[in-house]
Amino acid sequence: MMELFIPAILTIITAATPLLFAALGELVTEKSGVLNLGIEGMMVIGAITGFVTVHLTGSATLAILASLLAGAIMSSIFAVLVLKLHASQVPTGLALTIFGIGLSALIGQSMIGVAYQGLPVISIPVLSSIPVLGELLFKHDILVFMSIVMVGAVMWFLYRTRYGLILRAVGDSHEAAHAMGYPVIKIRFLATLFGGAMSGVGGAYLSLAYSPLWVEQMTAGRGWIALALVVFATWRPGRVLLGAYLFGGITILQLHAQALGIGVPSQVMSMLPYLATIIVLVIISSDRSRIKLNSPASLGKSFHPSR
Amino acid sequence: MLPDMIKRQTPSKMMVYLSPVLALCLTLLAGIFLFLIMGVSPLDALHAFFIEPVSSLYGLSELGVKATPLVLIGVALSLGFRAGVWNIGAEGQLIIGGLCGGAVALYFYQKTGFYIIPLILLAGIAGGMLWAAIVAFLRTQFNANEILTSLMLSYVAGLLLNLMVHGPLKDPEGFNFPESRMLSDSAILPTLFEATRFHIGALIALLVVAVGRVLIAKTLLGYQIKVMGDAPDAGEHAGFSRSRIIWITLLMSGGVAGLAGIIEVSGPIGQLLPSISPGYGFTAIIVAYVGRLHPLGVLFAALLLALTYLGGEEAQMILNLPVAVTGVFQGLLLFFLLASDVLIHYRLQFKKRLTVETVVKS
Repeated sequence: MMELFIPAILTIITAATPLLFAALGELVTEKSGVLNLGIEGMMVIGAITGFVTVHLTGSATLAILASLLAGAIMSSIFAVLVLKLHASQVPTGLALTIFGIGLSALIGQSMIGVAYQGLPVISIPVLSSIPVLGELLFKHDILVFMSIVMVGAVMWFLYRTRYGLILRAVGDSHEAAHAMGYPVIKIRFLATLFGGAMSGVGGAYLSLAYSPLWVEQMTAGRGWIALALVVFATWRPGRVLLGAYLFGGITILQLHAQALGIGVPSQVMSMLPYLATIIVLVIISSDRSRIKLNSPASLGKSFHPSR
Repeated sequence: MLPDMIKRQTPSKMMVYLSPVLALCLTLLAGIFLFLIMGVSPLDALHAFFIEPVSSLYGLSELGVKATPLVLIGVALSLGFRAGVWNIGAEGQLIIGGLCGGAVALYFYQKTGFYIIPLILLAGIAGGMLWAAIVAFLRTQFNANEILTSLMLSYVAGLLLNLMVHGPLKDPEGFNFPESRMLSDSAILPTLFEATRFHIGALIALLVVAVGRVLIAKTLLGYQIKVMGDAPDAGEHAGFSRSRIIWITLLMSGGVAGLAGIIEVSGPIGQLLPSISPGYGFTAIIVAYVGRLHPLGVLFAALLLALTYLGGEEAQMILNLPVAVTGVFQGLLLFFLLASDVLIHYRLQFKKRLTVETVVKS
């Protein structure tokens, strides 16, 4: 039983980590009132940047930093258009996705067929030698640990710090926040950059750890699933963690069902994460008052200070 | 020094039309820069991209072939976008339309008759509508965001097509390749010119442009769509039903996307393959915006974006550039357009040196 159980849980963790990064980043962006639909584009750019960097320098650390930076740069294009030039957020986010997919394919042209051994696994001394639990909790690559740390960090920032309070205020009522003298545009810009950086790292996890190679459009809709996760979590970081692991679980169903000899075509199994996203959205969204209560009130609205 | 942005009293009519031109110029400039980085002569590249494909009659006919699905979906999407209904999943509706129409065509494989083409076109429309109806149902009944559901359904549609061509619709004499058999001649759209792939689908697209134009400008429904998009509260106050507009715009755009799908299958492709569209459903979003959400504008925008597809193929053949350049160009064009659109509502004023006069004035 254990020899089946442990690998299954480990697959859930690796499948959940990219979603967790991207959804946490988008959560902070949305909390400030900005809806960035370009996660898919930022993730795929993060994936190729990380992969190219590790191929050129051999350093996984540099690769992660580069993907973080690439995601932030991508989101800064979005931020300038939306926050400075008052472009509508929905089409701008879509443009970011289309651009990101195209650019990553262009950069990745020479990376097809290149292999990488994957991020090194870090075993936390002593703790990792606990039977079963050690294997499950204390023997992962650096990004898995970081993703969990980030959940705590985002929770602490949003609900326990002054800046978190300001960020939420900007997202709920930009007029009021502006009247109180807070720099609405600057705060939103920073929140958008954070979202981009996290998406970039989430993408890098795919090309550095989940399946360490480069395939065009390898994000396969995960950016959009991350977007749905934020709604599923009703904008709460703890629930993003839960949601990401739930989706990780659905992904492993897909991987292990065939190994177990269930006679369902692979295409049907591949549909599962997308269908699950729809079902989850329907369940959460049908309670209109809950969505209205939890979503940032100024989400998606453009702000132009009238002195 | 960065200029100040001053809000205009009224939106600039002129900039509505100039902005796409400005965006195109900026895209070309960025393209030159991109080609220089890639170590290709920009002149050669731009020639391959934008001149070479349309320098022959055959090239022009191919432009029409590529523009046809973009015109169709672009017109349909722009109606929805005007109403604030974000159907991002036209790609999925296109695929299901192609799949349903293609399946009917394969069912009538041994039949001949004038009724077959109308029948498969209707099946394509029905398929696309059905796929979009799921989105409309989930949106109106459960308040589920249509951007996410329509997009998720696109991935499902792609997998469904893949499943079908690997299974029930696979060519029985096809050496196990994941393809259907070639459609029979009576299920293939007739071409308009000899030795080209330019087919009657292009005429259908022009018809849809005309219908779209009349619908948005001359009918009550068109008026309701515009009001619901610009001022939803006012619309509801006037007694327009939000759900009705969501259903109508989604069914229309889904049906037309499905039509585009079956036109591709029974036109230039001629059979069902694991992939029947190079992302027309997504590119049509750009087409709708570049065309100013206006049916006639969409027609021109579709020709422009069809050219980026042909140009990408040409540049690959002549200069050995990756096809992905097309996606980069399309993304850049939409970026620059959205940036240029700022000039519709704002004018730029370069900062003057502070003098007593300007201070007093302000």
